[in-house]
Amino acid sequence: MNAKLGWSALLVLGLAFPFMAGNDYHLTVMSTAYIYAIATVGLNLITGYTGQFNLAHSGFMAVGAYTVGILTVDYQMPFWLAFALSGVVAAGIGFFVGLVSLRLKTHFFSIFTMCVGYIMFLLIEKWDSLTHGTGGIVGIPAPESIFGLDFSEPRTQYYLVLLFLALSMWIMHRIVNSLLGRTFVAIRNGDDLAQALGINLMRNKLLAFMLSVFFAGLAGGLYAGYVRFLGPDLARVEHTFDMTMYMLVGGIGTMAGPLLGAIGMPWVTQQLQFLQDYRFVVFGPLLVALVIFLPHGIVGTWMARQKRKAAQQQATTQATPPVRLATNKGARRA
Amino acid sequence: MALFLQQVLNGLTLGGVYCLVALGLTLVYGILHVPNFAHGAFYMAGAYVAFFLIDRLGFNYWLAMAGAAVAVALISLLSERLVFHPLRNAPYLHHMIASIGILLFLEAGTQALWGADFHRMATPYAQILSLGDVTLPAQRLLIIVAAFVLVLLLQLFLNKTITGATIVAMAQNRDGAALVGIDANRVAMLTFAIAGVLAAMAAVLYAPINLVYSSMGHLVITKAFVIIVLGGMGSVPGAIVGGLIIGFAESFGAFYISTDYKDIIAFVLLVLILSLRPEGLFRKGAH
Repeated sequence: MNAKLGWSALLVLGLAFPFMAGNDYHLTVMSTAYIYAIATVGLNLITGYTGQFNLAHSGFMAVGAYTVGILTVDYQMPFWLAFALSGVVAAGIGFFVGLVSLRLKTHFFSIFTMCVGYIMFLLIEKWDSLTHGTGGIVGIPAPESIFGLDFSEPRTQYYLVLLFLALSMWIMHRIVNSLLGRTFVAIRNGDDLAQALGINLMRNKLLAFMLSVFFAGLAGGLYAGYVRFLGPDLARVEHTFDMTMYMLVGGIGTMAGPLLGAIGMPWVTQQLQFLQDYRFVVFGPLLVALVIFLPHGIVGTWMARQKRKAAQQQATTQATPPVRLATNKGARRA
Repeated sequence: MALFLQQVLNGLTLGGVYCLVALGLTLVYGILHVPNFAHGAFYMAGAYVAFFLIDRLGFNYWLAMAGAAVAVALISLLSERLVFHPLRNAPYLHHMIASIGILLFLEAGTQALWGADFHRMATPYAQILSLGDVTLPAQRLLIIVAAFVLVLLLQLFLNKTITGATIVAMAQNRDGAALVGIDANRVAMLTFAIAGVLAAMAAVLYAPINLVYSSMGHLVITKAFVIIVLGGMGSVPGAIVGGLIIGFAESFGAFYISTDYKDIIAFVLLVLILSLRPEGLFRKGAH
């Protein structure tokens, strides 16, 4: 009940934001943050819930974005049709990448996907005839208006992105709380144990991977329609690092954590404007400190505390010897 | 024939640099069982320190290389003490993210200190030697010779000295090494320092025919990962052979296939090989 209230409050805040924002620039920052939040939530599914750290995530986001860019600019396809394809194309490529990469475990998977990400980046940069190379794709049309809503205007664009973010969160919530989500968590907690429970590892990992990159592709498609200019840098592994940071600050493997991280951190960056490109002088050590001192992030730590409190209360009301709960593990599972 | 020989020499140059970087990476992996993503930033830091020493303080090339080696060994040591040591019992994901944190910090740090411009490092060996039809810049010859000497020295150190043997022992079996009284902390620090020295020297050797810039470590480190995955993570001979394979694949690929796509070759090779043999080329049993 409490959780529902929190999510509704977040949604109301999101809906009210354009009326509180001082100018269009704030709207732009927030909309971009929402787009990255969608991708981050996707990354969280494969990394936070399934335990496979995919370093090609920004590559898949670029695949989604370039799907929209190429189809609308070079093939005059309507935006919405191209956008519908963006997630599908990313998931389709994800199927083949996953088929090969998911045979590898732990950091071998990460190294492999890092190389896949590099291949994607280099292909986008060098394959001039398809991707326009380093010059990038310019003049991507804004989404065509529906019901008289003009999507070239910042406020309607903001609501469009918010709508997709809310949808993504809802779908992710359904996935995580289903049997499928529990299967993913079982795989994260131990391959062997999961297999002993009769879980088909490959099929479920592949499904998690495809779902995860579907979100990345969709975020890329939105990005293409929002920024309307694409360059190969979108595929750089640094963007995956950014998303990893968002995920970690908020709390890896939680629903709210990656969302809050992805929305909050760009605003922190705004405050550090004077650092410009050097923001990682601060964020790099922050990432290290988080991993050492607060590995469950803000949301994860908060949830662990709530659990501990609840357990204590239960112990005192029942007046039985207190049951030792593994709070840390509990937080990761939550 | 001359063109072919030219490619062989190019391959040896590239292979030598890759070997040195991959060796450090594989040694650290052997001890920690963690891929150190920051290793590429160590490489980059080595080039910047040497560039700074030569350009601003007027050091000569070899002194600058020594200075860079010391500086990067210190950075590497510090990251072991401050970051990897506290995380030694954490899940693998935490190590990886922490090493990414170090990488981002070092890159942004060098950019903040020295700007985002590309720099050219001067070399005292700018002559061009020619053997018949084959031309060879002296710096490339230097890379080949230096890499060969360094690899040989490292092999002697690991196989002939007690201190070196402790590193090998730790890589083979951590608990066993502790049982026979090897100080795990000392070995870990030593390994990180050696890895730092190798990365810095590779960078200073390669920088004069390349450029010095803050993201210069990216491709090199990614290729070094390809090499140690192919050669078997933690394996020293694997890193040497793997480095040469990738070096040759690149120089021949650039010449016979396409210069544009030469950087992809290593990654495509990895994808192909791991698709057919998930356990890598020289390794028995799955990862």
